[in-house]
Amino acid sequence: MTRRPALTVRQKQVAWAWGFLAVPVAFYVVIRFYPTAQAFVLAFLDWNLLGSRSWAGLGNFARLWADPTFWKVFRNTFVYLLIGTPVSLLLAFTVAFHLDRVRFMHGTIRALYFLPFMTSAVAMAWVWRWFYQPVPIGLFNNALASFGIPQLRFLNSTTNALPAILAPAIWAGLGFQIIIFMAGLRAIPKSFLEAARIDGLSGWATLTRITLPLMKPTIVFLVVFTSIGFLRIFDHVFNMTTADPGGPLNASKPLVLMIYQTAFSSYDMGYAAAQTVVLFVVLLAVSLAQLWLMRDRP
Amino acid sequence: MASWKMGLLAAAAATAIGATGARADVEIEYWQYFFEARVKAMDELIARFEAQNPGITVKQTHFPYADYRTKVAAAIPAGEGPDVVQLFYGWLNDYVAADLIQPLPADRFAPAAIEANYYPMVQAMKIDGAYWALPTAVRSLALFYNKRLLEAAGITAPAATLDELVAHAGKLAVVDGAGNVSTVGVTTGMTAQDHHWLREVLIRQFGGAPYSDDNRTVTYDSDAGRAALAWYTGLEKEHGVTRAGFMDEPQAAFRAGRAGYHIDGSFRLGALAGERGLDWGVTELPAGPDGSRSNYASYWVNAITSKAAGEEFEAAAKFMEFITSDEAMQLWLEVVGELPAKPAAAGTSAEDPVYGPFIRGLAYGHATVFADETAQRQVFVDMVNRVLLEGASVADSLAAAAVAEQAILDRYHAASK
Amino acid sequence: MTAASEALLRADAAGRRRAGLGAALRWLLLFAGGLAMVAPLAYMLATSLKYPFEVFNLNLVPEEPTLDNYREVLLDRRFGWWFFNSFLVASLTTVSNLFWDALVGYTLAKFRFRFRQVVFVAVLSTLMIPTEMLVIPWYLMSQQFGWLNSYWGIMFPGLMTAFGVFLMRQFFQTVPDDFLEAARIDGLNEFLIWWRVAMPLVRPALAALAIFVFLGNWTAFIWPLIVTNDQTMYTLPVGLTTFSVEQSVQWEMIMTGAAVSVLPTLVVFLVFQRFIIRGVVMAGLKG
Repeated sequence: MTRRPALTVRQKQVAWAWGFLAVPVAFYVVIRFYPTAQAFVLAFLDWNLLGSRSWAGLGNFARLWADPTFWKVFRNTFVYLLIGTPVSLLLAFTVAFHLDRVRFMHGTIRALYFLPFMTSAVAMAWVWRWFYQPVPIGLFNNALASFGIPQLRFLNSTTNALPAILAPAIWAGLGFQIIIFMAGLRAIPKSFLEAARIDGLSGWATLTRITLPLMKPTIVFLVVFTSIGFLRIFDHVFNMTTADPGGPLNASKPLVLMIYQTAFSSYDMGYAAAQTVVLFVVLLAVSLAQLWLMRDRP
Repeated sequence: MASWKMGLLAAAAATAIGATGARADVEIEYWQYFFEARVKAMDELIARFEAQNPGITVKQTHFPYADYRTKVAAAIPAGEGPDVVQLFYGWLNDYVAADLIQPLPADRFAPAAIEANYYPMVQAMKIDGAYWALPTAVRSLALFYNKRLLEAAGITAPAATLDELVAHAGKLAVVDGAGNVSTVGVTTGMTAQDHHWLREVLIRQFGGAPYSDDNRTVTYDSDAGRAALAWYTGLEKEHGVTRAGFMDEPQAAFRAGRAGYHIDGSFRLGALAGERGLDWGVTELPAGPDGSRSNYASYWVNAITSKAAGEEFEAAAKFMEFITSDEAMQLWLEVVGELPAKPAAAGTSAEDPVYGPFIRGLAYGHATVFADETAQRQVFVDMVNRVLLEGASVADSLAAAAVAEQAILDRYHAASK
Repeated sequence: MTAASEALLRADAAGRRRAGLGAALRWLLLFAGGLAMVAPLAYMLATSLKYPFEVFNLNLVPEEPTLDNYREVLLDRRFGWWFFNSFLVASLTTVSNLFWDALVGYTLAKFRFRFRQVVFVAVLSTLMIPTEMLVIPWYLMSQQFGWLNSYWGIMFPGLMTAFGVFLMRQFFQTVPDDFLEAARIDGLNEFLIWWRVAMPLVRPALAALAIFVFLGNWTAFIWPLIVTNDQTMYTLPVGLTTFSVEQSVQWEMIMTGAAVSVLPTLVVFLVFQRFIIRGVVMAGLKG
């Protein structure tokens, strides 16, 4: 056999790549992009879901700009992101890093951390809501009271509600992040760490110079995905504040919850679609910025 | 298109059952939300109806309550869905504006007869001289009380006026040395029934009215409104006899025996009847400072959708007539425990110790005509939260609420023009 | 043996003792943290063993424990259907995702072609639209194609996910190109290189993906709710909401349902977690 020119190999590769992608691309276009495009068109319409549609131009966006609730919700969404992402990732990495070195009952401990992730969000939200109640029934306030510390208002407070809802959201997602981090840690070839030990690198130096750089793809994934998760936070807020969703006084309301309410309780589809466009732009900007900041530099 | 689909459906159903002989001539579909007793009652009603009307079959479909609206919202624009649909009376305007339902035929549902037989608040279902929907059952609010706690506090008769309610609640509330409430005198929670109580009962009892006669203008930003809101928020702020959100839900606090008084609807009777270790009674809502009474009444109605035409419309109308008959109301009361929508329909009297207070309340009950029930409820929830959590003044918070709610009404009426 | 190496050995032994203490402390802290993580689940279990009158007391040990709730849930014929539906839908969706997400992730990680980044960002962008906004177009689509109230209808939106593509792409990036090159020289075609060479190397990630996709579908709520009409087609989470009724919720039943529905996911987790470990062992042998 004679050696084929490089170009042909290249072309064959490209053909294979598109061959692999053919079915998925068709799937994404029909099931995802087409409905998304429809939602984007809706953003420029007035449609109350039940009646006729009429052209609204930029009316929905102008209304959004002038809506104080939207700005409050916008701020909340970023608070969820800016606190939730770093706190949960630091916690998850710490646990994963140490759990990776534990042999005794390793599987059991890992299952303990993962169990919350597997459990019904509705049921867990209710338990947390009870934890947060004032005395005589709230677990946390009873604990505070037994130390003689005055009670805290957790959910029924315009300042504490958001962090009080963020805590179970972090709690529920921790198991997921730990598993991914551990899979990333396991993917590091043992020989690299072996070499570092022989070279006499300290634990900290091994972590920062070997482990973390080699885990970069995992970290990129988790940072981007966790950020998307917190920017799209909905279930936990909705279930923790069922009676006054996103309350009190919108103190804990994230953007997706506002979208949901606009669409399914006010039937204001055009306005909800405009909010969706904003959310989409924010999410895309944040994700692309993160990917760009963490890109592989030659 | 629709009939083609129906035919296909019927054919599929026939093959599925493998039945060649007894085929239904008309099948209509009925939707309601899932609640075991309601579904059971409706199954029974359908069985009786089908026995009386051979050739018509009714298929009942039900969805979880929490998502009933979401489900209906997704199905309707697609042209999927029922011939007869159950909806909350407060959604009627939405459904009419969107051409989702059609008027009930006047030959079977004469407006004069309806007005003579039903409770007056059912007139909210009349638009442009025709009735669009009718209830089988109605509900109202009443004051529940915990007999043991009242007895222990030396209270012999339950509160009959708002002043008595405050005085009793002061005796009933248990506050420990650190200022923590362990039993509330009266439950409060705007997200439960209190927003109705404030809107339709307290504001009226303090001499005002929540809305103008045509329901297009908010009128509670008045002295009466301020007095009502001050009285309501005063329960917690001034008298300290309650905590908003105590035990998460007012009904939970009452059921756990940690509340002396509790305002709730007739729909709570079922749950309370099964509550062990709780000895409770129920009485009419307390009278206002001038002795006046008011109540909030609400109901679920059934309507014929615009999808039903020809034979199906006829069948749907017959079915509607049957489920609003005295017989149906009697069965509904027995199985679901909800009060008949016609005062004369069933054998419960206004003297009944349990149903009596609710039935008496219906006589002076008001049904709010909502434009967007959820959003209007939220306005009231926020109004009270501003006072309780942010220390806003009653006057400011009330004024802000009036502006916000007026905006909702205006938007709604501008859109439906 | 030189003096220097003896000194090194002694230092090593002391270090090991210190390390032993550290390891014990590490274990204790991790274990305590794990217990704290499952504390709320203990309350879930406790509530599922209570009669309604006791539900609103937050005692961990029921005064009058009962299995009535479990009996009621498990004997409900509908519950069997919900369980079966959820299991079927979650399993099939998992298989589909493992195949397609891995294939797309691999292509995006290991091939060089024009628009590669565009495809990646386009796929990623599907994470940025809340499901709530897609539900109505999907519903219209399902109605048109007759997918309403069917398993296919429940499943189709989740057959491929951007989450899986992203995850797999990241893990395939860690696979050294030399391995693939070697297989290429052996004359394997690109599909077989992916299937036989690359896939086994990312087994831990596949196991993780399987767990997440299964769980995601096991707990999916809004779409199954919208697309199903008959109670016998409901998935478990949709079915469980029938325990919350107007104005009130039967919490003891919700908790029982939640407790029962955790079990299969726990089994799936335990099964796949073994794969994670085996994958590592194999990688260790090869490396």
